[in-house]
Amino acid sequence: MSDKDKKGTKPNTYKFDTLSLHAGYQPHKNAGSRQVPIYQTTSYLFDDVDHAAALFNLERGGHIYSRISNPTVAVLEERVASLEGGTAALATSSGMSAIFLAVMTLCEAGDHLVVSSQLYGGTVNLFRLTLPKFGIKCTFVKPRDTEGFKKAIQKNTKGIFGELVGNPGNEIMNMPEIAKIAHDAGIPLMVDATYQTPYLCKPFEHGADIVIHSLTKWMAGHGSSMAGILVEGGKFDWMQNDKFPTMTAPYEGYHGLSFAEEFGPTAFTMKARAEGMRDFGPCLSPQNAWNVLQGIETLSVRMKKHCSNADEMVKYLSSHESVAWVSHPNVPDHPDHELAKKLLPNGRGSMIAFGIKGGKDAGVAFINNVKLASHLANVGDTRTLVIHPASGTHSQMDEATLKFAGLSHDMIRLSVGIEDIDDIKNDFEIGFRAARKPRLVSNQ
Amino acid sequence: MKFKVDGHEVYASTGGRPFDKNKPLIIFVHGSGLTHMTWVLQTRYFAFHGYSCLALDLPGHGLSGGESLKSIEDMADWISKVIESVGFKEASLVGHSQGCLVTVECTARYPDKIKTLSLMGGAGAIPMNKELLSLAENNDPKAVDLMMDWAHGPAGHFGGHPVPGLYHINTGGMLAKSRTIKNTLGVDFRACDNYKNGFEAAKKIKIPTLSILATDDKMCPVKEGKKLADLIEGSKVDIIDNCGHMMLLEEADRVLKVLKNFITKNYPAKKVIN
Ligand SMILES: Cc1ncc(COP(=O)(O)O)c(C=O)c1O
Repeated sequence: MSDKDKKGTKPNTYKFDTLSLHAGYQPHKNAGSRQVPIYQTTSYLFDDVDHAAALFNLERGGHIYSRISNPTVAVLEERVASLEGGTAALATSSGMSAIFLAVMTLCEAGDHLVVSSQLYGGTVNLFRLTLPKFGIKCTFVKPRDTEGFKKAIQKNTKGIFGELVGNPGNEIMNMPEIAKIAHDAGIPLMVDATYQTPYLCKPFEHGADIVIHSLTKWMAGHGSSMAGILVEGGKFDWMQNDKFPTMTAPYEGYHGLSFAEEFGPTAFTMKARAEGMRDFGPCLSPQNAWNVLQGIETLSVRMKKHCSNADEMVKYLSSHESVAWVSHPNVPDHPDHELAKKLLPNGRGSMIAFGIKGGKDAGVAFINNVKLASHLANVGDTRTLVIHPASGTHSQMDEATLKFAGLSHDMIRLSVGIEDIDDIKNDFEIGFRAARKPRLVSNQ
Repeated sequence: MKFKVDGHEVYASTGGRPFDKNKPLIIFVHGSGLTHMTWVLQTRYFAFHGYSCLALDLPGHGLSGGESLKSIEDMADWISKVIESVGFKEASLVGHSQGCLVTVECTARYPDKIKTLSLMGGAGAIPMNKELLSLAENNDPKAVDLMMDWAHGPAGHFGGHPVPGLYHINTGGMLAKSRTIKNTLGVDFRACDNYKNGFEAAKKIKIPTLSILATDDKMCPVKEGKKLADLIEGSKVDIIDNCGHMMLLEEADRVLKVLKNFITKNYPAKKVIN
C-alpha cells in the first residue's frame, strides 16, 4: 500500500446525495439495468441441494423466499442503512410492522419498555393496548422529562422508545441524554425518525441504536405506497449483560446460533429477519420497495423544499389574525428551539401544529373549505396535508386520552408540501375566511 | 467458543456447529483491527461440511481477552499455541490481509503443524501509509473510515452485499470501532509496518498454498500478492475481478467457491485422530 495510490486523507466514500441514488445496487450484476429491477417473484432457484441447505443454515448470503428477503427490497434496505450510517436494515410492509418487529426482536413476555408519551396515535395504541396482550408492558414518559426516562427503568426494561419530535405537539426528546441514560442501564434506544428522515437527522450520531421509519411518509414522498424499515446502528453490545438472551443465547431455530456472537454489529437485523420476518411475515412487496426507491432518489431535494416551505408557513401563521398559537421547533419561543437547532441543523421538518381562533367549529370549517390542501390521515406527502385531530385521527380517543396525547380541540395539524408557497397561503386564506364565519359558509 | 492461551481468554466462532475434535481443523485469521465476524460467510459453510472451524479474535480484539500482540512473529507463535490449546496437532490456515502475514510466518515456523495455507488479499510485506498509521495510533476514527474506503473496490462502494440488508462499508467500520482503535488497529498497523520477513518465510513453505487476489485491491495489489505467491513452491493463484481488498465480504460467494475447491481437495473432511 504505497502513499501515492491514495486519494488524499479524506475518505472518499460516497456522500448522502450519491448514496440516495446508488447505494445497495450494482447494475453490472443485474444485466446492466440502470434502474433497479423489480424482482416480482416469490422464490429463487437453488443451484443444488447443497446450495439450498447453505442458504437455510445462513452459511451463505442469498434469497430463498420473498417473505424473508427479495433482491429489490434488499436494495432499499441497503440504501436506507447507508443513508442512516447503519450496518443493516430490514424493510417491512408498513411503519407499524417495523415497530412491532423491532419490539418483538428485543422483548419477550414479562419484559418492559420505557416509551415517550408523544407518539403517532397508532404507535400509542400498540404500546398501550396491544403489547400488553403479549405480556410486554410499557411506562409512558413525557418526551421533555429526561430524568423521568431514567426513573421509569425497571429490572426487566429492555429498551427506550421515542420519536425525536413528538406528534403532534412538536416536543423534542433530548436524544443524546436519553441515549446515555439507556446505555448506562445497559439497554438500547430505539428512535422512530419518520418525521426527520436521515436528511434532517441521523439518530445514530446522537446515540440511538435502532432507527425506525414509516417509509410511507417523507422517505417515499409520493404517498403511493405503504412501507417501513428498521435500521441497526451496530454499536450496541448485546453481550454486556444478561438482559438479552434472545440475542445472545443459542437459538434453537438455527442450530443453536447466537446472533450476537456470530453477527455482532448486524445481529439485531439478522434476528429480526430470521425470526420476526419468518414467523410474523410482514414483508414488503418488491413493487412498493421500488416505489419507495424512486422517492428516496430525490430525498434531499424534496426535504430542502419541505423545510423552506414550512419555515415560510411558520412565519405566515405566526402573524395571522385567525391563528391563536403555532407550534414548530422554528418558533423562537418553542421550548426546544435551541435543542432543535442542535439536533436538526439541516431543517426542523415540515410538521406544524396551530390553534385556530374559534375552537373546534372553526377548525372544522377551515378543514372543510381549503381546496388545495388535502384533508387526509397521512403526513409527509409532497402535497400539503391538513387534519383536525380532535375530529379526525384522534376521534376515537376520549377526553382524557386526548389531553394525554397533547391535543386540543382547536389544533390543526399541517404537513407542509412542496407546492408553490403562495398557492398554499392563498388556500389557507380561503380556510381562515370560512373559519371566521363558520355559519355563513356551507360545510359540504 | 472460549478457551485459554497464555492465561488469557480467547474467543473463536466455530461457524455455528459444535467444535468437534474428530474433524479436521481450519483456523481463520482476521485482518488489522477486525474480528472473527469478517469470516461469517466462509466459516459457516465449512462448519456445516465436515470441518471444525475456529474464526479467531486475536488477543485484545473482538471478544478475546488480553492485549493486542505487537508483532507478526508473536501472532504466528500464538496461532501455534491455539492449535495445541484446542487439542489438535495440525490445522489448515486461512488468512486475510494482516492475517496473511501471520499465517505465512506461522507456516514457515511450524511446518509440521500446518497442512494447507489460503491467503486472501495477501502480500509479502504491508508497509503502511504513514498518515493512516498515525491516525490509528492516535485513536482517530478517521483511520477506520479511510481503511474502509481504501479496502473496498469501486463496486464494493455501492454495496450490494450477498446477505440481504447488510451494508458492508458500515459493518466493517463498526467492527473496527468495536474496541479502542489505538489498541487494535494502531497496534496491528504498526506490526504490519515492522514485519520484514514475509518473503523469506514464503520460501520455506512447502505445503499446498492458495492466494486469492482481487483486481481492485489497493491495500495489497495483485502485483504484490503475486510476488509473494511466486516464492511459494507450487502455489495456486486465483484472481477475482471487480472486487477490492474486502473480498471475503464484497464477493463472499466467489471467494467461498475457490476456497472450497482448494481445501476440500487438499485437506479433505475425513475424520482425524488427534
Ligand atoms: C411517526 C410515525 N411512525 C409510524 C407510523 C406508522 O407507519 P405506517 O402508517 O407506515 O404503518 C406513522 C404513521 O403515520 C408515523 O407518523
